Amino acid sequence: MKVNTMTIYWLETRSEFLKTIRVPAFAIPSLIFPLIFYVFFGLLFNQGGNQYPAYLMATYGVFGVIGPALFSFGVGVAIEKDQGWLALKQASPMPISAYFLARTLTAMAFALFIILSLFILAAVWGGVKLTLAQWTGTLLTLLLGSLPFAALGLWLGLKLKGQAAPAIVNLIYLPMAFLSGLWLPINLLPEIIQHIAWIFPAFHLAQLTLAIQQQSLGFDWYLHVGILLLMTAVFLTLATRAFKAHY
Amino acid sequence: MNTPILTISNLSKRYQDLTALTNLSLTFNKGEVIALLGANGAGKSTLINTLLGLIKAQSGDISIAGYPPGHIFSRQQIGCMMQSTQLPTTLTVYEHIQLFSSYYPNPHPVNETLKLAQLTDLSSRKLDQLSGGQKQRVYFALAICGNPQLIFLDEPSVGLDISAREVLWQCIEKLRQQGKTILLTTHYLEEAEALANRLIYLTLGKVVFDGSLNDFKSQYNAKSIRFKSQITIQQIENLPELESVEQRGQHYIVTSKRCETTLQSLFELDPLLSDLTVVQRSLEDIVKNLQRPSNSLDALNIREKSEYLAAQSKVKEIQEAQS
Repeated sequence: MKVNTMTIYWLETRSEFLKTIRVPAFAIPSLIFPLIFYVFFGLLFNQGGNQYPAYLMATYGVFGVIGPALFSFGVGVAIEKDQGWLALKQASPMPISAYFLARTLTAMAFALFIILSLFILAAVWGGVKLTLAQWTGTLLTLLLGSLPFAALGLWLGLKLKGQAAPAIVNLIYLPMAFLSGLWLPINLLPEIIQHIAWIFPAFHLAQLTLAIQQQSLGFDWYLHVGILLLMTAVFLTLATRAFKAHY
Repeated sequence: MNTPILTISNLSKRYQDLTALTNLSLTFNKGEVIALLGANGAGKSTLINTLLGLIKAQSGDISIAGYPPGHIFSRQQIGCMMQSTQLPTTLTVYEHIQLFSSYYPNPHPVNETLKLAQLTDLSSRKLDQLSGGQKQRVYFALAICGNPQLIFLDEPSVGLDISAREVLWQCIEKLRQQGKTILLTTHYLEEAEALANRLIYLTLGKVVFDGSLNDFKSQYNAKSIRFKSQITIQQIENLPELESVEQRGQHYIVTSKRCETTLQSLFELDPLLSDLTVVQRSLEDIVKNLQRPSNSLDALNIREKSEYLAAQSKVKEIQEAQS
C-alpha cells in the first residue's frame, strides 16, 4: 500500500487550522485588529472623501493578510521548534511539503475571512463600489500576496527562539505596516518615507492592490511583482539555510 | 535466522570540540529488543538522532531497510518516541494519532492504536487535559501507530505508574513477537532487564559491550562479596582478580572477576571475617560501577584504550594548531 499524499495534506491542514482557532487569544486579535482599524480610520474618521474607504480597504486588506502569514510561520514554527515537535515531525515520514502547505492554507483561510469582512464593511458602510473584476482581482492579489510573508515568517520562525518570536515579529510587522502606507495613505507620509518604503514587501503588495482601483503611486505593476518574487526567493533561501543549520 | 533491518558501519560523528561517536558498527535484526545504555554524554542521543536523519555524521554508512537515514522510505520504517517533546495541546488524542497514522503506508486503524496504548477512553481529550503519564502513552501511540518495523523508544516509561508501565512492557513484548525491532534507551535498568534480549553499552562514543544480558553480567563480574572484617582497605586492594572495593559502614563490598579465587585469598588474609554474603549483582549495580568516571576508560580493552587516548590527543593537537 502507498501513502495517500492528498489525505496527509488534508489532515495536516485540518490539524493546523483546528490548532489555531482553538487558541482564541492568538486567533481573535489577528482577525479583529485589521477590521477595527478599518472601521476607525476608514469609515468613522474618514476625512479624505469618496476614494478613502476603497483605498484603505485595499491597504488594511494587506495589513490583514500579512498578520496570519507572519505569525503562523514566524511564531508557530519557532514554538514548535523549541518544543521538539518539529524534530518529531521531521523524523516521521511526513512529507515536509505537508507542513508548509498546511500552514500556508491556514494562514490563507484567516486572510480570506479578513478580506471578505473588509469587503462587506466597505461595500455596506463605506459606499465602496467596484466592478466584479476589481473585487475578484483584489481578493486574489491579497491571497497570493501572503506568500512572501509566509516565506519571511518561516525564516524568522527557524531563526528565533519561541519566547522571543512574538515580540520580534511584531517589531517587524507593525513598523513595516505603517512605513508601507497601510494605515495612512503613503502620499500623506513624508517623501523620504515614500522612498524607504521600497525595501518593504508590504509596500509593493499595497501598490499592486491599489493599482486595481487606479489609486497606486503609478509605478508599473511588473516592478512590484518582480520585487515581491525576488524577496520571496531570498526569504526561502535564508529559510532553507536556517533549516539545514539544525543538522 | 537473523534478518538485518538496520546496519551501521564505521559511523563517526564529531562536534567541534568533542567526539560523539567513534567508528561505530552495529547491525539490528528483526525481532530484537535492544537496550542502549551508557552514561550521559556517551553518545546515545547522537546515535539515535543520526539514525532518525536529524543529525548528519561525518563518516560511515547507515542503511535502514536499504535506504539512508532521513530518506522518506527509511522514515516510513521507523516510529519513534523522543524525550522532551511537547505536542500541540489543543488537538485531541484521536486527531494526533489519526494525523500521524496517515504518514505511513500500512498503519494500524486508529481505534486499534488507541486500544493498544490504552487511550480509548481518552481519545476525545485535548492534550492539555492529560496527565504526564497519559501524555507519555500518546507519544508511545504515535511511535507505533504507523505499524513501523523499527521502533525507537527514548525513556518510554518516564512518568508512568507501575500498572501503566506493566501495560507498556506487555505492549513492547507483543511488538517483539510480531517481529518488530525495538531500540530502547532507559534509565530504569529494571526495564532493560525485563525487556531487552540484547544490550549495547556505549562509553565515550564506542560500543564497549554488545551481547545478551547474561553475557553482560558475566563479563562485568556479576558477583559481589560482602563481609565484615578487621583488615584495612589497602590490604583488600591487593587481593587477586579484584575489580573494586567499597566500604559501607562496618562492611566491605568487593567485586571480583573470579570470586572463587578472591575468596580463597580473602580467607587466608583474614580467617576471622564474618557476615559473608556473595550476591548476583543487578544490572543497575554493574552499570553504576561502569559509569564512575575512573571506570569509563577501564571498560575499554587495552587496544581500544590506547586508540581512544591517541584519538583524544590528536583532537587536542588539531585544536591547538587551529587556535
